[in-house]
Parts: sequence; C-alpha cells; structure tokens
Amino acid sequence: MSKRKNSPLQNLRVLTGIVLITWLVLPLIPLAIWSFAKGWYFPDLLPKRWTLNAWEYTFSNTSGVLDSLWVTIWISLAATALSVLVGVPAGRALGMYKFKGKELIELMILAPVIVPGIAVILGIHSIFLFLGLNNTMTGVILVHLIPTLPYMTLVMSGIFANYDPAFEDQARSLGASPLKTFWYVTLPAIMPGIIVGGLFAFLVSWSQYILTLLIGGGRIITLPLLLFNFATSGRNDITGAIGMIYILPGIIVLLLTAKHLSGRSGAVGGFGQI
Amino acid sequence: MTHVSIKELSKTYKGSDAPALDTLSLEISSGELTALLGPSGCGKTTTMKMIAGLLEPSSGDITFDGRSVLNDKPENRGAVMVFQNYLLFPYMSVSDNIGFGLKMRNIDANQIKKRVDEMLEMVKLPDLGNRKPSELSGGQQQRVALARALIIQPQVLLLDEPLSNLDAHLRFEMRDLIRSLQQEMKITTIFVTHDQEEAVVLADKIALILDGKMKQYDTPKAFYKSPIDEATARFFGCHNFIKGTSNEGNFNSAIGELKIPKPFENGDGTLTFRPENVQITQDNSQDNTFAASVSNIIYMGTQTQLKLKLADLEIDAIVNPNEAEGVNIGDQILIHLPQGALWKI
Repeated sequence: MSKRKNSPLQNLRVLTGIVLITWLVLPLIPLAIWSFAKGWYFPDLLPKRWTLNAWEYTFSNTSGVLDSLWVTIWISLAATALSVLVGVPAGRALGMYKFKGKELIELMILAPVIVPGIAVILGIHSIFLFLGLNNTMTGVILVHLIPTLPYMTLVMSGIFANYDPAFEDQARSLGASPLKTFWYVTLPAIMPGIIVGGLFAFLVSWSQYILTLLIGGGRIITLPLLLFNFATSGRNDITGAIGMIYILPGIIVLLLTAKHLSGRSGAVGGFGQI
Repeated sequence: MTHVSIKELSKTYKGSDAPALDTLSLEISSGELTALLGPSGCGKTTTMKMIAGLLEPSSGDITFDGRSVLNDKPENRGAVMVFQNYLLFPYMSVSDNIGFGLKMRNIDANQIKKRVDEMLEMVKLPDLGNRKPSELSGGQQQRVALARALIIQPQVLLLDEPLSNLDAHLRFEMRDLIRSLQQEMKITTIFVTHDQEEAVVLADKIALILDGKMKQYDTPKAFYKSPIDEATARFFGCHNFIKGTSNEGNFNSAIGELKIPKPFENGDGTLTFRPENVQITQDNSQDNTFAASVSNIIYMGTQTQLKLKLADLEIDAIVNPNEAEGVNIGDQILIHLPQGALWKI
C-alpha cells in the first residue's frame, strides 16, 4: 500500500470540520464551567471556587428538573411517533404520485417551516380552547406536530421518490399479505428515512418553547421552559447544569445520524418530481 | 397442472381512451409454455399483471381450471410473477430471498432451509446462499428470482421478458434452465416478450398481440409458415408480399403468374414467403422462376441477405453465403419460389 497525500479538497473538509466543531462546541464551554462554579466574576478566566451545588439542586426533587425531563421526553416521543404515522403516508403520496393540487399541499406542509409559530399560535389557541385541549399534554403534543411534520414529510418524500413500488407487487405475488408486505418489504426500505426524520422530529419537538408555553398554559413545563425560567432569574449555575442535560439528545442524534446525513444517503432529499 | 383460460379480457387505464388490452381470449393448456409476444406498449405486461392479480381488468374473466380467480388476492392466487428486473429484496440474503414465499406461508424455518438448499441446487447456485443480491451477476440474479418463484410451486408461473436482460451466451443457458425446470415441475408458464426470437426458442405456443389485440395464437412454426396477415408476417421479419388474384392453383400478379398449392382460396389476396425460402437458380424451366436484379447485399456471417427487385416489387432473400458468392450489386439473377413455401393471406 502506498501512502497517499491528502488532496486539497480533503484538507478543506478537515478545516471545515474543525471550524464547525469550534463554532458549535465553544459556546457550550462557559455553560459547562458555570454549572460547576461558585461565583465566576470578571476578569477571572476561570471561577475561583468550584462546587457541585448546581448539579445537586438540579437532580433534587425540589427543582422539578427530573419531572420536566420526563414530560419533555414523553411529549417529544409522542410527537415523533405521530409525525412518523402521518409523515410516512404523506411522504409516500408526495414522493410517488402525481395528483391535482399537489403543489398546494406541498406548500401547506412546508409553510410551518417558513411561517413563525407565533403567527398561528393564537388561532390554534382559540381552537384548542373550544376543543378543551389547552393546558393538556395532548394539546401540547398535537401542537408540536406543526413544526415536526414538515421535516418528517420532506425526508419521507425524498425516500419514496427513490423507491420502486414494484417490490411490493413482487412480495404480494410471492404470497405476502398487504400487512406482511409492508413489514418485510416496505419498512426495511424506508427505515433510514424514518430514523433520520424521526430524530429530526424529536429534536424539533424537544426544543419547542413558544408553542409549549402558550398551549401548555404554564401547566406543562418542559425542559426549555424551565431552562428559560432559570436563565432569566440569573441562576447561571443551574442554567448551565440544565443546559448540559438539554443538549444531550442533540449530541446523541448528531452522532447517530452523522452516517445517514453524509452525502450519499438518500435519506435527505426533496419532493420527488415537483 | 393448471389450465388457464382468459376470456375477453380488456383493460382501459383511467384517463385513457384507447384500451391497453382489447378483448383478449386465450386458452393455455396445463403445463404449456406460452409466450405473449408484442412490441413495447402492446398490453402484454398489463395482461401478466392481471393474471397475477396485481391489476384489475376493466372487463372479462380469468379462470384457472375453470374457476374464476378475479376475486382472489394476488397472494392467494397461485400465480407468481417474475419481473424483468428481478426485484430481489436488496437487504435480504439470496437464501432469504428464495425462502420469502415459504416464510409468508408460515412454514417452519428448518423446512424452509431445506427447500431453499434444494432450489439453490436446482438453479445451479449451490454455494451462493449467503451472498447479498448485489454481489451476484445479472444471470445469477435471474436464477435466484426464478428459484424464489418456483419454490412455492405455483399453479401458474409468469415471466416478464425472462431473457432480454441477459447476454447472448447466457440466454441459451437460461432458456435451457427455464425449459427444463418448467418441464420437470410441469408448471403452466406464461411469459411476455417483445423479442420474437426469445418467444420462438422458449415457447410451445405464441400469442402475438399487436395494438392491444391478439393477432394469432399458434405454434412458433406456424408464425413462419402460415402468418395470419401482413402485420404478423412483418413482425416475424418477413417483408415479401405479392398482391394478386388466385384461381385454381394459379396466382396472377404484377410479376407474372405463379403456381400455388391447390387448397388456397380463389380470389384477391396477398402471397407471402419467407426470405430464407427464396432460392437462387440457373434453371429457368421450373415454375415460379423469375428474373431479379440485386439492389443490395448484406453479409451477415452465417447467412447473406439479398435485396432484390422483381419489376417494381422489392423482396428480401436470405441465402447461404456460398450461394451468394459471385453475386454483385446490380447483377441480374434468377430466383425460384418453391410452391411449398408460398402462403396466401
């Protein structure tokens, strides 16, 4: 084996990687330091005294962080599951078929990515009031679908645009019922999309603030709400500790999806034939 | 052993005026290997999908041994389709692909393994069970697809262009394999193809479909000897047509009088004959001998094609290269059309 020199393109990629990581990781360092600091004042480069108080408080029953963590996990899981349930068939329709009004439907699905949530949340609030969904977990889960569904649907329509439905015909012909066909043939083929789309949806739901605040009405306290409370009350140490917990899923997802997001995978695509 | 009967089967796709298939009727005897032959878009794949249950006919009926199968779902129909591009499930091993149909029938895993090994042996791929389909050549993938269909012992096997994706030398191998497996298992088999050569070498009987309508349903030989009309003859590579009138064994045409076999009907008609039945001769005392000028010569290795002009009529002749030796473009030669080679349509 001969030793290969790095090409300029490879060097550029490494450089971009370093810049990107610095950009993403550097801002987190003060947050991490704060969570262990007992006072950290200008012009000290590092805190003079260290403590675990913030972490102890965070994991104590009085802080409500753990309760909040569970609520957030449940809401995000439920919103993700519902996104998969709706996004897979929607993505199939958009990625594989041509039909009247397709452009309009695509626009409607994309709209929540473009239009800020706060613009529609008051209307939703009054509808949910009528339906009795305000201040409930169900209401929060449902409203989280607004930002999560577009991602799920987009990813799935990209998957289905490259999908050959003849495989399903073949499976049926070989004796598979529609349900078995879906389980043994369709599902494995679209799994990368479900995973990537699902992780996106989970993260988007995980980081919702305004929607949760208005529909949850202060009863449903998710992690971002709690984080915001501590941040505005000037408790930088506790904010740092909760912040560390808060970014955990993002880091895990980043590591999990790195493979699927890198170039060649078909998981990130667009709407088939627009 | 299943007798397949197709009765006035039609299919018109939504948003289309012309039917993709127009009142096709076919009787396919048990254990027979039948080809649906026609150009692309003539409705043959549509027919296959309807037999397999993957597409609903607009009208007509399909019966297996006299029983209508139109209400049977594809998974219960007993007809298995092998697609042209094989459609092996890419994330399953070769063995899992072959065993798929049995797994769907909830057959015990040990039993499946045994049967899969038998099938691998039958299609001559005994050691490739653990490979992924992407690691196989086209010919090997085709065999896996065939094994996957045959393992469930279907009543009817449907093959979509089974030889067309293969190289010339693989075609004969695959043809022999398909024929021997089909004879051994005695499965009524229908395959579609646009390639008349593929149909001729593989099929017991051929149904020629042109423009959604069946033209002729006959043995391969009959398509050469006695085509039903000009379009059918042309599809099989015959472009020799002489218009005229027949009367008790004589046929009057623009190029003169021809002697024809007696049983041919009297009246106006077209005579046709295969290019390979045209003989070059020196002897002008025979019947049906005409002077022709050579307008082109195409050397094709094992045979030579001559483009000839008889008065205003253009005909093709295919002769042994030795016979064409010494014949040049522009030459006048004598050709003989044997009575037995003539056919009136």
